[in-house]
Amino acid sequence: MSQVPDLECRAISKSFDEFKAVKDVSFSVPQGTFFSILGPSGCGKTTLLRMIAGFQKPTGGDLLIKGRSVLEVPPNKRPVSMVFQHLALFPMMNIGANVGFGLRQRGVNRADTKRQVERVLERVGLAGVADRPVNSLSGGQKQRVAIARCMVLEPDVLLLDEPLGALDLKLREHMKVELKQLQSEFNTTFVYITHDQSEALVMSDQIAVMNHGVFEQVGIAKELYYEPETAFVAGFVGEANRFSARIDSIDGGILGMVTPEGRTLRGIGAGQGLATGTTVDVFVRPEAVRLSRRHADLSAMGNSGQGQVRNILFNGANSQLILRDQTTGADMNVALPQTGEFRDLAQGDTVHFGWEPQQTRVYPGAGGRHGN
Amino acid sequence: MGTDRTRLGFWLLIAPLAVWLLALIVLPHVGMFLVSLRERVGVREYETSLANYAVFFNEPLYWNTFARTAYMSISATALTLLIGFPIAYYIAKLTRGRTKTTLFLMCLIPFWVSELVRTFGWMILLRETGIFSGLLQYLGLVGGPVEMLYNDAAIMTGLVYTSMLFMVVPLVTTLDSLDDSLIEAGYDLGASGFAILREIVIPHAMPGIVSGCIVVFMLSLGNYLTPILLGGKDSLWFTGLIYDQFITRFNWELGSAFGFLLLGLSSLIVFLGLKLSGQSLGKTMAQT
Amino acid sequence: MKTTIFLSASALALSSFGAQAETLRLLTWGGYAPENVIEMFEAETGHTVEVTKSNNEEMIAKLRATNGGGFDLAQPSQDRIAGPQIEFGIYKPLDLSKIDASQFIPSMLEATKANTTVDGEVYGVPHVWGTSGLVLNTAMAGDVKDYTDLCSDAVAGKVSYRLKRATLTGFAFAMGMDPFAAYDDEEAYQDILDKVEAKLIECKPNVKAYWGGGDELKNLLRSGEVTAAMAWDTGGWQLNDDNPDITFVAPTSGALGWIDTFAIPARGRADEAAYAWINFVMQPEIAAMITGAAGNFTASKGGDANVDDALKAKYQKSFPQEAIDNVKWYPVVPAGIEALEGATLDRINAAN
Repeated sequence: MSQVPDLECRAISKSFDEFKAVKDVSFSVPQGTFFSILGPSGCGKTTLLRMIAGFQKPTGGDLLIKGRSVLEVPPNKRPVSMVFQHLALFPMMNIGANVGFGLRQRGVNRADTKRQVERVLERVGLAGVADRPVNSLSGGQKQRVAIARCMVLEPDVLLLDEPLGALDLKLREHMKVELKQLQSEFNTTFVYITHDQSEALVMSDQIAVMNHGVFEQVGIAKELYYEPETAFVAGFVGEANRFSARIDSIDGGILGMVTPEGRTLRGIGAGQGLATGTTVDVFVRPEAVRLSRRHADLSAMGNSGQGQVRNILFNGANSQLILRDQTTGADMNVALPQTGEFRDLAQGDTVHFGWEPQQTRVYPGAGGRHGN
Repeated sequence: MGTDRTRLGFWLLIAPLAVWLLALIVLPHVGMFLVSLRERVGVREYETSLANYAVFFNEPLYWNTFARTAYMSISATALTLLIGFPIAYYIAKLTRGRTKTTLFLMCLIPFWVSELVRTFGWMILLRETGIFSGLLQYLGLVGGPVEMLYNDAAIMTGLVYTSMLFMVVPLVTTLDSLDDSLIEAGYDLGASGFAILREIVIPHAMPGIVSGCIVVFMLSLGNYLTPILLGGKDSLWFTGLIYDQFITRFNWELGSAFGFLLLGLSSLIVFLGLKLSGQSLGKTMAQT
Repeated sequence: MKTTIFLSASALALSSFGAQAETLRLLTWGGYAPENVIEMFEAETGHTVEVTKSNNEEMIAKLRATNGGGFDLAQPSQDRIAGPQIEFGIYKPLDLSKIDASQFIPSMLEATKANTTVDGEVYGVPHVWGTSGLVLNTAMAGDVKDYTDLCSDAVAGKVSYRLKRATLTGFAFAMGMDPFAAYDDEEAYQDILDKVEAKLIECKPNVKAYWGGGDELKNLLRSGEVTAAMAWDTGGWQLNDDNPDITFVAPTSGALGWIDTFAIPARGRADEAAYAWINFVMQPEIAAMITGAAGNFTASKGGDANVDDALKAKYQKSFPQEAIDNVKWYPVVPAGIEALEGATLDRINAAN
């Protein structure tokens, strides 16, 4: 692959009056990468995307596409294309005219346009629909037309602004796979923004988690899930149980903590400035928690306790258990193994639980901010 | 039983509309149509014939006056569209909240006074001893007084001014409903501003353009005061002819025939306009 | 003086004492029913008066629309009664016994009665009379002596007249023809109209605007945009108050004389009040008040005695004796003439 990244942002920032929407964000996306920017609404990801597309002008920093600064290039001259949140297909044109729109603007002659439109529609699996009106298509088909409309221009970077948001759940699951396939088929650089972590985790080669105008962490899906660098990432990516606690001992790599309600916790530090007495946020994934009917099975795990079953959310292999921790009185989310052992578990039963300190990540407490 | 009651409710609901249509629109037109078919053959003697309609087609004066009225009305409509479109676009797309309301109200302000007052306002501005003439002399741009009243340009000015609101309102409504992301998508796909206007904005605004044009055309065609007052001796306008036939000639028969011809010919022009622009009346009404 | 008014008024009041108070819906010209006259009439007779201001054409059109209903007394010009009456039957015959003939100038009363007689019935009695001629700004258009002078280069672009039948008649006289004599001969009249048409089309570039309403014309003259116009005598006299240069001039071919009348619409419902009003306003003192408001003299015997001296002076200046003798009074307009005139006017309007 080429040495020069397709897209590079250097300390790019954007302010609206007093409000800084994007603060000195730097990243680069190599050719052919599916790059996702994941963040809650209002985190600045849309502003960032619109700056890349050219609809907004950065207040600082530089933006390069294939090594060339495009700050002064208007949106209609930038080698990027965008799939809009609501797709923005032109209702006044048929499908062929929609897909051929960009080619017409470039002055490609009619015959060539027609041929290229046919070809790209075929590639997205919609051969022969060129003469039909846009509204004759289903949601997923429209999605593919929107992508075809951009891809026919062979852009250096394709920007996607939460395009799956408007689809129903089942179709969204299906489109995730399809988008990824399309991306590898076209081998074009995709920059995809979403607030849905599962979209990002499933499709992306690289994910940037964005919050309050900055990238909290950039990495592959596994890194984000297993080694979140910040409390925000730990809370935002995947499910997690969260405790507020204070460090009372440091023993090698293992931190000993106690919650205000008196629960003792043991975990490993994942951040700077963790000393005895520091207030910390402690995260543990639901699937890291083991269940047992006997305390003895779990006593060696480093973290253990007893809880009452509040609710059983049966969902096949993804079933979950809501437990009320008898020490803290808080609800905990625990994955319910479908091994048959807990099949007869009922609401109100008491069970023991425990987890390893290695699966317990401790971050300096930011106060207030919550994950799931 | 239930169906009967539903039916009764339906008729009760539709009754005011039906009475309105029948008593105030259909009946007078039927009456006028019958009058237009009467040919006066002597004192208080009438015969049924199409003679009054024949007069229109045989007398070039009437025919020419209609053609002139239609031509001027079409020009006024085109001019109103040309001026109104940027205004509507600005209001719909480039302003928000308070500014939007203010601008909208400013378009409405001229309608707080009667048409007569508005027209007199223009007379004060345009006449030889009027404000514009005085201003031009004061600025030294002209040597003597300039008469800007009593010509076709004055009529056009008055018509465009009177019609502006009726063009701007439907345009703002349709342009408001144009998703900004469509325009952005156009830019993103490499289109120039003009290409976006031609391929995206205008096709989207077409129902508004068509309904605005129909209303403005009909208003201009049926206008009486503006052409008569601002046009002076050049103010040949078809409604003036109708007024003359009814009021100063006591020739209701010919006046009625002219009224029907105006109705028919203007409908024909609107129909042709719709055909040419590829729109249908139903579509236009449904979207605005 | 006051006693006389009082006495005559009481006499009238007594004469109509038995009748019930009615509402008189009066269709008339501006100035013919001043507010103070209405108040006196209402106080003395108990009737109430509702005034609708109009002009000849509208009066006929309105009455025709209702077959002579909606109004109880109308005031069309004497030449416009017989024709519409024959055609549309919008008036009812007058009961002359209810009108005090002694209050009228006899010659004018007889002439009007003769002109408004249809099938032996009289439909109108005279009220206000006046003339139309030239209103000139003498400082700038002193050379204009007759209607045809409006077409001279000296006043190019500064001329205004109405596009109405009076203009056709005036120009015909000024061109040395007698249109009134040709009223009964359609062919001869058409011939006259054709000549006038040619003249007026030729004259069109001279015209600033065809005026429609009196106020419009006054504005044009007052601002100096128009210096010579064909108009009513009162308009000229009123402008004279603002600008002494502007006045009414009787054209050499003769001013056109008109008489506005009283006529009762066919379906009028307050005949008592209508006759009461006629008798009331024809009293010399009341007639003088109306002259003061409308600017025109009335057919009331002795009505000019009480008129404001300034108005009298203007009248005398505009009308030396030979000009009065030369006034062309409109004869009855025969049916069909107006259609010919209408077509002529349309062609003039359309010409470029």
